Amino acid sequence: MRILNLFKVAFRSLLRNKLRSFLTMLGIIIGVASVIAMLAIGEGSNQNIKASVASLGTNSIMVYPGNNAMGGVSQGAASNKTIRVEDVEAIRDNCDLVNFISPVDQKRAQVIYGSQNWNTSILGVTNDYLAIRSLTLAKGSTFTTADDRAVAKVCLVGVTVVLNLFGDENFNPIGEIIRINSIPVKIIGVLSKMGQNTFGQDQDDIILAPFSTVQKRMMSSSMYVNSILASGKSEGQVVDAVDEITNLLRDKHKIAPSDDNDFTVRTQSEISNIFGTISKVMTILLASIASISLLVGGIGIMNIMLVSVTERTREIGIRMAIGAKGKDILTQFMIESIVISFMGGLIGIALGILVAELVATFGGWPVVITVFSVVVSFLFSTIIGLFFGWYPAQKAASLNPIDALRYE
Amino acid sequence: MKASENLISVQNLIKTYITGTTEVHALNDVSLTIDKGEFLAIMGASGSGKSTFMNILGCLDNPTTGTYLMEGIDVLGRNRDELAELRNQKLGFVFQSFNILPRTSALENVELPLLYNSKIAVKDYGDRAMNALKSVGLGDRVNAMPNELSGGQQQRVAIARALVNDPVIIMADEPTGNLDSRTSYEIMQIFQALNDKGITVVMVTHEPDIAQFAKTNVVFKDGKIIFNDTVKDRKIATEELKKIALLTDEKSTT
Ligand SMILES: Nc1ncnc2c1ncn2[C@@H]1O[C@H](COP(=O)(O)OP(=O)(O)O)[C@@H](O)[C@H]1O
Ligand SMILES: [Mg+2]
Repeated sequence: MRILNLFKVAFRSLLRNKLRSFLTMLGIIIGVASVIAMLAIGEGSNQNIKASVASLGTNSIMVYPGNNAMGGVSQGAASNKTIRVEDVEAIRDNCDLVNFISPVDQKRAQVIYGSQNWNTSILGVTNDYLAIRSLTLAKGSTFTTADDRAVAKVCLVGVTVVLNLFGDENFNPIGEIIRINSIPVKIIGVLSKMGQNTFGQDQDDIILAPFSTVQKRMMSSSMYVNSILASGKSEGQVVDAVDEITNLLRDKHKIAPSDDNDFTVRTQSEISNIFGTISKVMTILLASIASISLLVGGIGIMNIMLVSVTERTREIGIRMAIGAKGKDILTQFMIESIVISFMGGLIGIALGILVAELVATFGGWPVVITVFSVVVSFLFSTIIGLFFGWYPAQKAASLNPIDALRYE
Repeated sequence: MKASENLISVQNLIKTYITGTTEVHALNDVSLTIDKGEFLAIMGASGSGKSTFMNILGCLDNPTTGTYLMEGIDVLGRNRDELAELRNQKLGFVFQSFNILPRTSALENVELPLLYNSKIAVKDYGDRAMNALKSVGLGDRVNAMPNELSGGQQQRVAIARALVNDPVIIMADEPTGNLDSRTSYEIMQIFQALNDKGITVVMVTHEPDIAQFAKTNVVFKDGKIIFNDTVKDRKIATEELKKIALLTDEKSTT
């Protein structure tokens, strides 16, 4: 029996039960679509995270207190204080491969302007911080080393802070005095708008002030630093710069050769890799959940094909009576389930791409549809059709002609 | 083709159905030979084993014991696929309940056996099915769906389907059981025409007047053959139909 005819027979019987065929297909459609959408969303955020981390500056190096080799990047308030202000100066003076370096103290604070009240995050940094992170100013000018030495009460603000204190993002707040934890501080510059990062954080909800100002006027201790942000002279020298910093700090902290560091040095690319791994795990997780729906769709196919075999027992009997062999019946039903899963797969791919695009357009979430995800989910759905179609088809093929004919 | 040439020979067929604790001897030692070119009518009361016998002859069912030779070849020793091929190419089976596929046009129904016959090219399907439908007088209803056809027309589609692979034998289990007498005669007309062309016909019927169209009558009782003889005063369907036409003409003129 010729395969083309079999396809004709399969199509005809699927068309005869349009609604049922479509509902069966729906399981596969939803399965494939969600696998594709999930992979697209996962891959999109993966690339986006990498881009965000890269925005920290490709040459950048971070130094945190505590030995934290296993992963976590953002240590909260300095629970283990090991990095001192003088460490920063030592690195600046002694590490030739380090280009820029800034201590970073971060804390949340209540900011008041007139009757407006806003809770935001204050970063105590030096000028170098802006260079390392490639931050620019939309208005005004940045603070200087002199301001730092003078513990000057000046700051740079992000546009979200401007919006919440002055009621308008475009308001020019240069020269205005705001109160940070009751300390009057003058705004001397506004940071260019950065928008949200991948983690949904508003990067414009920030105030930068000279390190000494934040440390001496707002922090309880003036000995230790939350973290250090530095940059290597060039991308190729970052790894060597890390060694330089590590050796210097071990030396300064008097760590015995057999002991672990009491600080952690990471490069931007290491952090990028950590997030990459996390996002890959997330993607796999999402895709596995989505593929469960594909599996459920496959069981749906099996269910419908079993019903169909029972319902069409008489038809099977007639076909056998006029000469259909077991394998002809087997192929007929197999083709039906393959056609269902194949078409379901095609429609599912289209729907998955559509959903991904909608998520991108309306959810503002980055998506990247890879050829790999399309090919894999399509193959998977077809294999599901084969796998779950087999049992019902086999059942149909093994019927006895006379029993099938007598079936009412 | 010699009339005495042996086409089918069954010996000592026994078919026992066991349902629960009771045994039903549907066939109780049946032996019969059918010659090529024969037109056989099998008669008997309901439950006498006619259908059981026909299903075994039609290779749809197996006897409990016995032998079955077709053209000298042992049928019962064949596997499922070989039997399917036999049904496809040597036999044409016609059922009481027509058994044509619903929502499938007359032409497509008739094409079905061709799908399972590797000896016929796909391009010839249409012509062959068309010719078969013409030979049963349905050349003008090829695209009709079963629900648009009368019972007699549906049975003709079934006969056309049985004919499409040029079988040597047509087997029909109460082909006129669901039809009125005039339509039954039309079916007999087709069977007689096929038989005249050399196709062997074996038919089950419980209507004595239908059995009169056959050449030989066999009567079953309780799973045994109790009568086997040639038909005297055999009726010719064409003539019987003419008589009916005359009668109805008279009725309509008076
Ligand atoms: N599948 C079956 N299972 C059990 N008994 C059956 C089955 N088919 C037929 N019989 C029995 O076998 C006997 C012969 O049946 P059948 O050949 O159909 O008779 P007929 O066609 O002459 O009316 C009947 O008693 C019937 O009840
Ligand atoms: Mg019967």
